[in-house]
Amino acid sequence: MEGILNQLPIGLSIGAVLLLIALGLTFTFGQMGVINMAHGEFIMAGAYTAYLLQDFAGRNAVLVALPVAFLVAGLMGLILERTAIRHFYGRPLDTLLLTWGVSLVLQQVARDLFGAPNVQVLSPTWLQGALGPMPYNRLFILLLAVGSVVAIWVYMNRSAQGRRMQAVMQNRQLAATSGINTGRVDQRTFFIGSGLAGIAGVALTLIGPVGPTLGTYYIVDAFLVVVAGGLGQLRGAVIAALALGLLNSYAEFWTNASLAKVIVFAVIIAFLQFRPQGLFVLRSRALT
Amino acid sequence: MTATLEKPPVAEAPVKEPRDWRGPALFALVAVIGLVVMPLVLEPFRLGLLAKYLTYAIVALGIGLAWGQGGMLTLGQGVFFGLGGYAMGMHLKLNDAGDGLPDFMVWSGVETLPALWEPFRNPVFAIAMVVVVPGAVAWLLGTLVFRQRVRGAYFAILTQALAAAMVILLVGQQGLTGGTNGLTNFFEFFGRDVAADSTQRGLYFTVAIVLGVLFVGAWQLQRSRFGRLLLAVRDGEDRVRFLGYNPATVKTITFTISAVMAGIAGALFVPVVGIISPALLGVVPSLELVVAVAVGGRFALAGAVLGAVLMGYAKTYFSEELPDAWLYLQGALFILVIGLAPKGIIGFFRRKDVAA
Repeated sequence: MEGILNQLPIGLSIGAVLLLIALGLTFTFGQMGVINMAHGEFIMAGAYTAYLLQDFAGRNAVLVALPVAFLVAGLMGLILERTAIRHFYGRPLDTLLLTWGVSLVLQQVARDLFGAPNVQVLSPTWLQGALGPMPYNRLFILLLAVGSVVAIWVYMNRSAQGRRMQAVMQNRQLAATSGINTGRVDQRTFFIGSGLAGIAGVALTLIGPVGPTLGTYYIVDAFLVVVAGGLGQLRGAVIAALALGLLNSYAEFWTNASLAKVIVFAVIIAFLQFRPQGLFVLRSRALT
Repeated sequence: MTATLEKPPVAEAPVKEPRDWRGPALFALVAVIGLVVMPLVLEPFRLGLLAKYLTYAIVALGIGLAWGQGGMLTLGQGVFFGLGGYAMGMHLKLNDAGDGLPDFMVWSGVETLPALWEPFRNPVFAIAMVVVVPGAVAWLLGTLVFRQRVRGAYFAILTQALAAAMVILLVGQQGLTGGTNGLTNFFEFFGRDVAADSTQRGLYFTVAIVLGVLFVGAWQLQRSRFGRLLLAVRDGEDRVRFLGYNPATVKTITFTISAVMAGIAGALFVPVVGIISPALLGVVPSLELVVAVAVGGRFALAGAVLGAVLMGYAKTYFSEELPDAWLYLQGALFILVIGLAPKGIIGFFRRKDVAA
């Protein structure tokens, strides 16, 4: 019984990290038809940002790193979008391969800059301890995700920019003919989505070491969240991420770590039998 | 007499296009180079490397069929490669162990042979499984996924997730699969010393001939009605459905064929290279083969084979000469090919696009 309770914070915090990662993916995928495999390397960039900031901020590096990592990862995303990805809009499979090349290069850059071995980011002293079964560091990650989701929701529904973003996501041509600069909107979406990955990276430093291949561990699961949640769907991403995080941690608890991923995969395939397009679907009359 | 009746118009016999002999001629040339020149020129070590690349080329051929012809970007061919490889590896391990247990099981404290392993003593069963298991997994996945019209990027993501899950499964089941180390240290291959030059030479010929046969088969498939239908599914799945065909069936069959090819490649890889391990079949190796196909030219089966062999050589060469630069180079090559030459190397040589 105690074991079941102990798995809860692990599942929720992994779900929260997956959510932060998947938000960026689902918007870039839903809005631009881009599958960004280099997204995982933005996570890594965020984590290394926290690592570097330790020299200035000591144990509170994580707090300082949140906005900085958002900017760093966001700018990386923006540069990638401007230089490469924008030439491939609407060709998801090509962007997938292209950005995988980018991700290889970025991993090697990280290896050259920081070395291949993992590094550690010391978490703030005030995050040691626990609230019942919930360790403070995992609670912090959960709150971070909640905060980000609220911020994104407000941005999308209450700001002019966010509404333009929704318009482009729903119908690009119509948005363009209504005078929206869709290219500009794409850039913003990419910046925000990549920035969130940076924040996810900072969050990950609280629960594990940082290495050049950090992103690759989470990117596949984050894509599964996108598939299960539905393209460009905030609600879908939230539910799918938490469900996947919990499913993962409980499957590991009840069977073992090696079977858990297979179970998760089987559950998702089964789920797609009922909801082939994910939890929520942007309704449209378009055929494909 | 009455006016002569006009001859009823006779349907003209369909103009028979002159058979294009360049393709078969090129194939024959490559076959001569592969089967005669290479074994004479290359020293045993290099011939072994070429045999390894040719097994990759078999996987690439399957990717070319599924992705290039059918538009299904499969990022999980490593899974099928591994299933075939492990089936073969299990048989070789049991054969080496005789009445005892395979060495790695002894090390991880397994005391009786797991039931899953027992039937693999029989070589016929093992070879059948090389084809059956990858085929069955692909067929099941294809049926479930394509029936629900899950396609494109979704399909790519799912196959990638399968590859990731497979690796974790193999690593975790130490006593059953040898964990991270995989299956290695083989001594005998169907009664021969697996490391001997003569065995390796024989294996090279086997791999080359299997590749040739599969290539001709895939080529015939591509030229057949089914091949046309496959192209049509790639370019307009909904239109094909409206014409009364079921795209899901076409895609499932093709995906299964490509998986079987990968399985056969994996089974040949094991005696050639002497190991099968999770690192050889995960997300990254699967993607690398897709890259190879893209570099060679995804719209032509020959491009897929060419790409796999070239990338194999490039990887060996650069990992020997400039190990640090290889990842940069691979990434850059990738970006350039997708960005500037989506038709790959073959694209530069083709007068007109036949398949694309």
